[in-house]
Amino acid sequence: MPLYHSEDQAMLADTVTGFMAEEGAIKKQLRHWRDRNCQDGFGHALWKQFAELGLTGILAAEADGGMGMGHVEAGIVLREIGRNLTPSPFLATSVMGVTALAAASDDLRGRWLPGVIAGESVLAVAVDEGPKHRPERIALAAEKSGNGFRLKGRKDFVVHGASADALIVAARTSGTDGDADGVTLFAVPRDSAGLGHNSVRLVDSSMASHVTFDGVELSGDCVIGDVDGGRAVLNRMLAAGRIGSAAELTGVGQGAFDITTGYLKTRKQFGRLIGEFQALQHRAAHLYSELEIAEAATIKAQQLLEAGSDRAELMVSVAKAKASRACNLAVREGVQMHGGVGMTDEFDIGLYMKRDRALAEFMGDAGYHTERVARLSGY
Amino acid sequence: MSDLDAFRAEIRAWLEANCPPEMREPVADEDDVCWGGRNFKFKNAAQKAWLDACVAKGYTVPDWPKAYGGAGLSAAEAKVWREEMARIGARPPLSSFGIWMLGPALLKFGTEEQKVHYLTQIARGEIRWCQGYSEPGSGSDLVSLQTFGEDQGDHWVVNGQKIWTSYADKADWIFCLVRTDKANKYQGISFLLFDMTTPGVTTKPIRLISGNSPFCETFFDNVVVPKAQIVGELNRGWDVAKYLLGHEREMISGAGGGDRLNAIGAVCARNGGLEDPILRAELAMFDVDALAYGAMGEKFMDEVKVGRAHPAQPNMMKYAGTELNKRRHELLMAAGGSTALEWGSEATDGGKPSRSWLRTKANSIEGGTSEVMLNVIAKRILDLPGA
Repeated sequence: MPLYHSEDQAMLADTVTGFMAEEGAIKKQLRHWRDRNCQDGFGHALWKQFAELGLTGILAAEADGGMGMGHVEAGIVLREIGRNLTPSPFLATSVMGVTALAAASDDLRGRWLPGVIAGESVLAVAVDEGPKHRPERIALAAEKSGNGFRLKGRKDFVVHGASADALIVAARTSGTDGDADGVTLFAVPRDSAGLGHNSVRLVDSSMASHVTFDGVELSGDCVIGDVDGGRAVLNRMLAAGRIGSAAELTGVGQGAFDITTGYLKTRKQFGRLIGEFQALQHRAAHLYSELEIAEAATIKAQQLLEAGSDRAELMVSVAKAKASRACNLAVREGVQMHGGVGMTDEFDIGLYMKRDRALAEFMGDAGYHTERVARLSGY
Repeated sequence: MSDLDAFRAEIRAWLEANCPPEMREPVADEDDVCWGGRNFKFKNAAQKAWLDACVAKGYTVPDWPKAYGGAGLSAAEAKVWREEMARIGARPPLSSFGIWMLGPALLKFGTEEQKVHYLTQIARGEIRWCQGYSEPGSGSDLVSLQTFGEDQGDHWVVNGQKIWTSYADKADWIFCLVRTDKANKYQGISFLLFDMTTPGVTTKPIRLISGNSPFCETFFDNVVVPKAQIVGELNRGWDVAKYLLGHEREMISGAGGGDRLNAIGAVCARNGGLEDPILRAELAMFDVDALAYGAMGEKFMDEVKVGRAHPAQPNMMKYAGTELNKRRHELLMAAGGSTALEWGSEATDGGKPSRSWLRTKANSIEGGTSEVMLNVIAKRILDLPGA
């Protein structure tokens, strides 16, 4: 498969690019909701518009009412989300949540997918425990209780958790924290007794919860896949989230790069456009190179993941690590090259820097994935 | 069976019958490479038999037209040829600057007579070419070159000096940038071809920090070049040179493949363990970049095939690829420790790690420095002002 978009994918990209630049623009969404102290961190009307375009169900099977598309197509949407800093529950809901639910029973899919696809429901993902992404260790306990389970423990960095209709929770049903086996995935409804949210605003204006599970009672039908056999489903969901956040990062980096090179072509100092200075030209050219490579790695990983290749996990980590580093360089250079105005809230470049920081942490930062590349390579 | 499948079966059978087993071994030494030319000494009978078999079918240059010594394969067929060659690990029957650099330029700018004459010689491995571009005073600023061809009616008399001429001491002919108009900088250069045995041509090998090298200094003292031996128009040699440089950059960037794309952490770990956590981390960071660049190489080649790549993208590939390769060898040296320092030992095959490490320092200089690549990206891709 060539590493560029097919005709169908290019058509999707055209549609999504126009839609996101118009409806998902920074002024219309990110700044709008931030300045109103919106407790969701995104607009429900826009989520409805996502549904009208079919984007909410992009990864859901056609039999479930979705578009039945793959990671390359989801990545096209995420790149435009990144470019416009569009706040939405797309990554957690339509990419990660839907990927997890693909392993769920007909009943469970029937309970959650129609609302998601209609743009009426939102899912959130509860994996991390503590400030860093370490999904190899799952401690949150789910003990047998009657015909169901009782969940006890806490989860962190649950992005827009307080707005979600259901949480996809990775819990331990047997063994100890570091065991690969003994993990079970649950779809936990928002109104479950004993579920507590401490919702906080993050640096990028998104909302995330510290979620407490204080003896949350769940029936057995909330289990996604097999009890104790959730690791494989969790890994699929994580891979989808990692390559998805890599794709969004390439968009954030590209957006930051475009406004920065635009600035280099208009700002004058010493009687010249600052883009004439070789010190800035070389840094911009280097950054271009890094962003191109990050995008190529991301598309490669999307294709391998879609094809079920045994190299997919390695390339997913390569892509997340590379996209994180390239995007981070883009926002740092962006603020620096903007000079003083880059520090002001009036200019958008600082918003890109904030979003990069949050996305870099989401689903494992560059260090985590670089280390994972070493382990997967056998050293 | 599709036509392409039939073609694949045909190629497979032909390779089976004609590629000697010795020519399916990896290239280990410089003399395993068949360069051709008047004075080339074949290493063994298999090397000659393999060349002869390919020449007879036009497979030294499979996608060149048959009239010029090629096999006239379509792009899809040529890809099948490459895949089938790779499948059995077949060595290229012939390596030459004629194939990689002069050939494409002649196909685009040469007269019909030149194509028939020179391309056929290249395809058959009869003439070995070298490239006369850089001069002592004209490196990155190549267009300032001073080697001058004085118009003498039916010929030029060329005087001057070239440097970094790879294999000048082994080449039969040279393709050479010569100033033919001192008043015009860009439009005062012509692209000339001449025989290295012409009176007045002398060469002198250059010793590098890595040891012996194929590079030479090349001197021209009243060298007579007939007027018919110009490629393209008089004083428009810069256009030919630029076109050809694009091919050279693609080659150096390793876009088509090569070992620089590979991750190295696992190899280093096998060769002695990675007890140093900092080195392990640096290797892992390198591997991320190397694997990502591998995807970029694949994407770039895919885009080139369908004409989607930005025309200046080879400059980006060359920049990123050569910088990566330098980093690769820094890490290989660090992982090798004091063993990698050995300059003449048997254990290091005569100092291979350190010589290779030193040699890579030229990657980001030859064929356009990294700084020139960044200039080109800034100007032609990013459209930055005044660049």
